[in-house]
Amino acid sequence: MLSVKSLHTDYAAAGGAVVNAVQDVSFDVPDGELFTLLGPSGCGKTTTLRSIAGLERPRSGSIALDGRVVYSSDAGIFVAPNRRNFGMVFQSYAIWPHMNVFKNVAFPLEVRKARPSRKEIEQKVMRVLTTVQLAELVDRDATKLSGGQQQRLALARALVMEPQLLLLDEPLSNLDAKLREAMRFELKRMQRDLGLTTIYVTHDQSEALALSHEIAVMSEGRIVQIGSPRDIYERPRNKFVADFVGSTNFIGGRIASAAAGNGRCGVATALGELNVQCVEPLAKDMPVVISVRPEDVELFEAAPPREDGDNVCAGVVEAKVFLGDYLDFQVKVGDSVLLARVHPSLRTPVGHPIHVRMRAEKCVALAEPVAPRVAA
Amino acid sequence: MRAASRPPSPTLPHKGEGSALWTWLPIAAAIVLVAWLALVPLGFMLWQSVLSPETATAPARFTLDNYRTAYASADTARLLANSLQFALGSAALAFSLGTLLAWINERTDTPFKALFFALTLVPLIIPGILFTVSWIFLGSPKIGIVNLVLQRVFATDTVFINIYSIPGMIWVDGLHYSPMAFLLMTAAFRAMDPALEESAMMSGATLPRILWRVTIRLASPATAAALLILFVRALESFEVPALLGLPVGIEVYTSAIYDAIHAYPSEIGLASAYGVALLVITSLCVFLNLRIIGRGSRYATVTGKGFRPRVMRIGRWRYVTAAVFLIYVALVVVLPFLVLLWSSLQRFYSVPTLAALKNLTLDSYRTVLAYPAIGNAVWNSIVLALGSATLIMLATSVLCWIVVRTKLPGRALIDNLASLPLVFPGLVLGLAIMVCYLALPIGVYGTIWIMLIAYVTRFLPYGMRYNAASLLQVHKELEESAAMSGASLATTFGRIVLPLLKPGLIAGWIYIVIVSVRELASSILLYSSGTEVVSVTIWELWQNGQYVELSALGVMMILVLFCFVMLAEFFGRRFGVAEA
Repeated sequence: MLSVKSLHTDYAAAGGAVVNAVQDVSFDVPDGELFTLLGPSGCGKTTTLRSIAGLERPRSGSIALDGRVVYSSDAGIFVAPNRRNFGMVFQSYAIWPHMNVFKNVAFPLEVRKARPSRKEIEQKVMRVLTTVQLAELVDRDATKLSGGQQQRLALARALVMEPQLLLLDEPLSNLDAKLREAMRFELKRMQRDLGLTTIYVTHDQSEALALSHEIAVMSEGRIVQIGSPRDIYERPRNKFVADFVGSTNFIGGRIASAAAGNGRCGVATALGELNVQCVEPLAKDMPVVISVRPEDVELFEAAPPREDGDNVCAGVVEAKVFLGDYLDFQVKVGDSVLLARVHPSLRTPVGHPIHVRMRAEKCVALAEPVAPRVAA
Repeated sequence: MRAASRPPSPTLPHKGEGSALWTWLPIAAAIVLVAWLALVPLGFMLWQSVLSPETATAPARFTLDNYRTAYASADTARLLANSLQFALGSAALAFSLGTLLAWINERTDTPFKALFFALTLVPLIIPGILFTVSWIFLGSPKIGIVNLVLQRVFATDTVFINIYSIPGMIWVDGLHYSPMAFLLMTAAFRAMDPALEESAMMSGATLPRILWRVTIRLASPATAAALLILFVRALESFEVPALLGLPVGIEVYTSAIYDAIHAYPSEIGLASAYGVALLVITSLCVFLNLRIIGRGSRYATVTGKGFRPRVMRIGRWRYVTAAVFLIYVALVVVLPFLVLLWSSLQRFYSVPTLAALKNLTLDSYRTVLAYPAIGNAVWNSIVLALGSATLIMLATSVLCWIVVRTKLPGRALIDNLASLPLVFPGLVLGLAIMVCYLALPIGVYGTIWIMLIAYVTRFLPYGMRYNAASLLQVHKELEESAAMSGASLATTFGRIVLPLLKPGLIAGWIYIVIVSVRELASSILLYSSGTEVVSVTIWELWQNGQYVELSALGVMMILVLFCFVMLAEFFGRRFGVAEA
């Protein structure tokens, strides 16, 4: 298990100012799981990863893997990156251009203190190259590989050292959209097969949702929420997470009736009183925002059946955008505009009235204003 | 595993005190080494400049007399005027020629441009002393071929050109350094958006007007930088003032320094005072130059973007521009080389006539090759050139890595110290090193080691520049991935950084070999019997009046250097050496 405790990392920016890149970050990753650090650029996710790698030196905190402490400010321990035995795939892949495929992969074995025999190196390299399906390109110049092949080579180089921990720094961001999709599944399969504890850094929420066992969403150097992909998507803890992970509608309001036993509460909004889900206890009259995903805003031309807790209101189609496999509608309800993502079979023209339904369990009330929160 | 202190750099592995020592030791050593090379001799020279000459009866004592002689005597104004006149003239000539040629080469459809480009660079490998000597053979009032030919044609005994004059000095020095201006301005033209010239043309401007009103103005930061560099270079020039100025009493700072040292008794204090003056001027210019380059980014037209070279069709003017190139090549390459070749084939120096043609002989080559002192000088030159090039490139690869990659305090200091020798004129550096190791009894003075120290100091900035340029091209993650693969700092440096720097290392190495072989200004003050190098031998042959032997040695030297450059070019192309 990887355990990161109250990590602080800062560095001097170009102007000499100190940037607090990572502040009080803590999380645990169970063995064999893929843990994602997700956030916009500059949120500190890469600095966190580099601190775990040992490429950045934290100011305080501790990092330990299976009880082996690699960094601890209290004990004054800092293990150099080359002695941590963590495999890492860099954003640029960092394939050495002066070596061929084989030599790139063999390098981690060759520089070991206890260098394996030539034969052993060859066996290990070929085994890992077969895993990433590069075995037939073993003699090729590393510079003559395609983007996808370079990415797999970088992965092979990280895997050949049989690392205790695999660190991936936006490994898919340099690939084109199609290849990225394919590599996403490939990466997931390989990680699950090898059972390798993995830290994955990305700014792409769909990548994070597709790959991870657990996601930590970061903002301004802090973790704002940790949870399973479904948790993060369906029950965002605050506005930032709701906004960053997928697109969403925000509806402002005040708590009208406090939470009952089922975690529901009523919120007075411009659309009327809505039944919503409360993740945490919210007191009466507290200002909140309600987050509703566009795909959870259902549209009907006739009044829809209304079950217990469903919110239904009437609106007018203001604009729509055809996006191939779905259709985005902007619906004006009172003075507010809701974004709805619906099946392209709905053909209501612009300017026509329409009925909106939002199920209570899909509307999440978030306390406002949002204070940065540290996940446990 | 207790960390002794917190290294500010994230890229330095830090584990236990043992490896902390191994990390810090080389860095401390680097700073000490660079400071020793760049600062200590300078300090000794300043100290020497306030001492009176030591004689058998009186020990040296503190005095300001040297400065009084150097700055407050009747000669002061004349020396300054001569120096400025010479340096300004030479810089202006080199700049005008270089700019014209660069423009023709970059912007017009002149035929055989590739060939002209290569030929224009040839003077860069001709040592200054040989170029000067060959122009004495051409332009001397008594034996100069140009004068003799013109006198015969016009049947008169008027002296048409006199190379022993300030205009003569400007002509030779400016001509010799025009390739440098050519390279600087070529780079400037390549970085310029041709659309700006095209719009001037659409406005109805003529070609010369575009060149003068648009092209040159747009290149003005590059122009100012180039002019300053050429000016500083001309101030530092030693061969031309020594060979052309001294015989007729025209002194500039460099030749005044040389004269003061070779006076009897030797006036090292006075030489040092002159050296300080020269150093102040060159430092100011280099500082100004940095300011200009720093501000250059304001001129958004001259970006680092590679614009597609745009060539103007100049019609029949192509023949004129081709003729300009031909005349230029004749003046800087063909005539100087031919006159050396001619005199090397004679028994005694004589002007080319039909009668002299019958006396052609290879005797001088035999003499030169059989002369043991010359073999020794060649050996010294080779050892010094290869040694200093190798030492500099390896040392600066480490220094540059510290400067570019780490966040260590003091890395800027390393950079500044290692670039400091740029402002040392060769003669001043030679003087400073001479004074320094005369005073320090560590057995270096009078050996070949003192010359190695001088070469390494003098050419250190070139190594820094070549390595910094290529290191900036190497993505940091390439090194970090080696660390993540378990490689130590030393392994990473040896197996990742050095191989990736190879193109820059080789290009810089070749450049330093060439400038080391050409070096005269520092060597002339530091050699002693047995440690002469080729350029010093040529100097001695000139002083002894052994012109034919000098010419033979010069011809061979030029040919060898030429072959070396060709080989380097060949291998460079094969192994992808980035162009210098």
